[in-house]
Amino acid sequence: MTTLDSSKEIQKNNSEVNETHEDFRMFGLITFLIADGMTFAGFFAAYLTYKAVNPLPDGAIYELELPIPTLNTILLLVSSATFHKAGKALLKDKNSDSQKWLFFTAFLGIIFLICQLFEYFHLPFGLTDNLFASTFYALTGFHGLHVTLGTLMILIIAWQSRINGGRLTSQNIFPLEAVELYWHFVDGIWVVLFIILYLL
Amino acid sequence: MTISIDPQKTNNESLQPKGWLRYFSFSLDHKVIGIQYLVCGFLFYLIGGTLASAIRIELASPMSDFMPRDVYNQVLTLHGTIMIFLWIVPVVNGAFGNYLIPFYVGARDMAFPRLNAVAFWLIPPSGLMLVASYFVEGAAQAGWTAYPPLSITTPQSGQIIWILSVLLLGGSSIFGGINFIATIIKLRRPGLKLMQLPMYCWAMLGTSLLVVLSTPVLAGTLILLSFDIIANTGFFNPVLGGNVVVYQHLFWFYSHPAVYIMVLPAFGLVSEILPVHARKPLFGYTTMVFSIMGIVVLGLVVWAHHMFTSGTPPWMRLFFTIATAFIAVPTGIKFFNWVATLWGGKISINSAMLFSCGFIINFVFGGITGVALAQVPFDIHVHDTYFVVAHFHYIVYGGTVFIIFSSIYHWFPKVTGKMLNEKLGILHFIITFIGFNLCFAPQHWLGLNGMPRRVAEYDPQFQFVNQISSLGALLMAISTIPFLINVFLSVRNGKNAGDNPWNALTPEWLTSSPPPVENWEGEAPLVEEPYGYGKEISEQK
Repeated sequence: MTTLDSSKEIQKNNSEVNETHEDFRMFGLITFLIADGMTFAGFFAAYLTYKAVNPLPDGAIYELELPIPTLNTILLLVSSATFHKAGKALLKDKNSDSQKWLFFTAFLGIIFLICQLFEYFHLPFGLTDNLFASTFYALTGFHGLHVTLGTLMILIIAWQSRINGGRLTSQNIFPLEAVELYWHFVDGIWVVLFIILYLL
Repeated sequence: MTISIDPQKTNNESLQPKGWLRYFSFSLDHKVIGIQYLVCGFLFYLIGGTLASAIRIELASPMSDFMPRDVYNQVLTLHGTIMIFLWIVPVVNGAFGNYLIPFYVGARDMAFPRLNAVAFWLIPPSGLMLVASYFVEGAAQAGWTAYPPLSITTPQSGQIIWILSVLLLGGSSIFGGINFIATIIKLRRPGLKLMQLPMYCWAMLGTSLLVVLSTPVLAGTLILLSFDIIANTGFFNPVLGGNVVVYQHLFWFYSHPAVYIMVLPAFGLVSEILPVHARKPLFGYTTMVFSIMGIVVLGLVVWAHHMFTSGTPPWMRLFFTIATAFIAVPTGIKFFNWVATLWGGKISINSAMLFSCGFIINFVFGGITGVALAQVPFDIHVHDTYFVVAHFHYIVYGGTVFIIFSSIYHWFPKVTGKMLNEKLGILHFIITFIGFNLCFAPQHWLGLNGMPRRVAEYDPQFQFVNQISSLGALLMAISTIPFLINVFLSVRNGKNAGDNPWNALTPEWLTSSPPPVENWEGEAPLVEEPYGYGKEISEQK
């Protein structure tokens, strides 16, 4: 229904004007992360309500050990720092340094996932054993999904920051910044999750 | 950092299909996407309307003779889900939002055009999936609320397809919301201040905030519910130690704001339509903005008024009653502003204006019953009766759907360049208005006298009133016919509209009808007074 003949004129117009606008991709990402955070908020609210009103039935086993999750917390916090290093290196045009830091960050993410799986296999309860077991697996599993996606994205941008033919440069740093923000978000969620699930 | 629009890229994008084929393509043009939302939503409206007719045929007699009881449950579940998630939410947000917001902020497209197209193309597959679930093992039977334990104990396949479908639609809604927020806040034309935006932008900003804050909670809840159904966990299953009330809290944390997601954009649209056809500035612009934002904030903290019979403790009842009653204040402000806009105006009685006035009348009625329902003693009496059904339909049909029709009459000349037939339009309004009130007003009485909702059979003493209601439903079904005839005739042979048939001042009327790709030839106009009626038009330009 749109008059298509006029689209040519517009194109001509555009090539003359060459309009610019602000880069708001980061703004969109932040809005998305707020939405994502609300999903976790819903899960946390459910868990805390269960904790307040639904007592653990007699004989049900729900025990968590601290060493592995503490190690995982340290892993993620360190990985946030190494990611930050990668960004700084890229801004100084040290692409190979940046790539090394990125691979190291992804490595920490993978170790985190392995530790998480190790914990799953050694816990004395399964998914359907009781309400708290279910909530534990749902929450950590949903977070683990986020870590998996984040690790994959880090590997992709690490590949893109290679010196020959990589698209990630100090001029085009948005992909790195976006994944970095996402990674910090996932780390932040883990800290909250660690406090609520393990420490409370 | 700034991004320059590469002319080369724009050329590539115009290689997309031309003509009507565009509407079946992954088009990035916000106007094409808007029409895609509208037509897709309307097709689902016809399906949902057919289901509603089936419900009313069944309820014309006290026995379940038209369809078996479990089919009745499937029909009412599909009706609710389709009407809410596939008709009202996508149309009133997606369709008009996509079409109008870029014009209103003076942009060439939405902030994230690709995300926009993705958000639309999530809708048809999930809608078809939902409708198709009827033919698998029967559709979901637990109503659009999918309360456990009912949703856990009814046949699984239909419920799981329902969950998947709603998750996809929720995703679509979130992507749309992110896009609207970024467009309104970040993509405004230089020089255009926030307080100069047309009211629909504010309504969409508020709605999108609600979408982004509350829809993810529904997604998380439905994921947990699907675990209960598939993996035999016990989040919401009391037999396994779970808690059904937690589901209700999480569900209503989304679904009460969802009512505002459905009705706030309608508030915005009516605020665009009334000043044009009354030739007067919108009364109380600033109060309008603050009441929208007030509704957004209050809308997030009133959800438990749906749960007064779910064993809520007294303090919770007190808090949520008071918070809900407070919502009447901003809504009342908006209502009086609309009436004041009409007051002393040079009103043209056309289809768009009639539907808007119908909206105001119906909405006041639905609003009053809403305040009544917020009061605990009254709510406990009418909970889960037809009173609630009547209240809800006065808000979403008498409110939002009336505004959708009003908006179609108002913006059809802009979209197609052709006028709609006024006589058919007024006929459409009269049948709709009479049919709607005939259908739903008696249901208040039914509810007060204790007829429960969502049940295929009822006490024979209610038969006469139910038959009146079914007659109204028949009129509502008939009312679609003049509308469809009108649209098909007008698209082909309608009177040419010209660029600005209503002499409106909002930016979309300052370009050609239909608008060109990328909206403006040359720079976008700066409209500082979108409601400056009653002044010389030359002053505006």
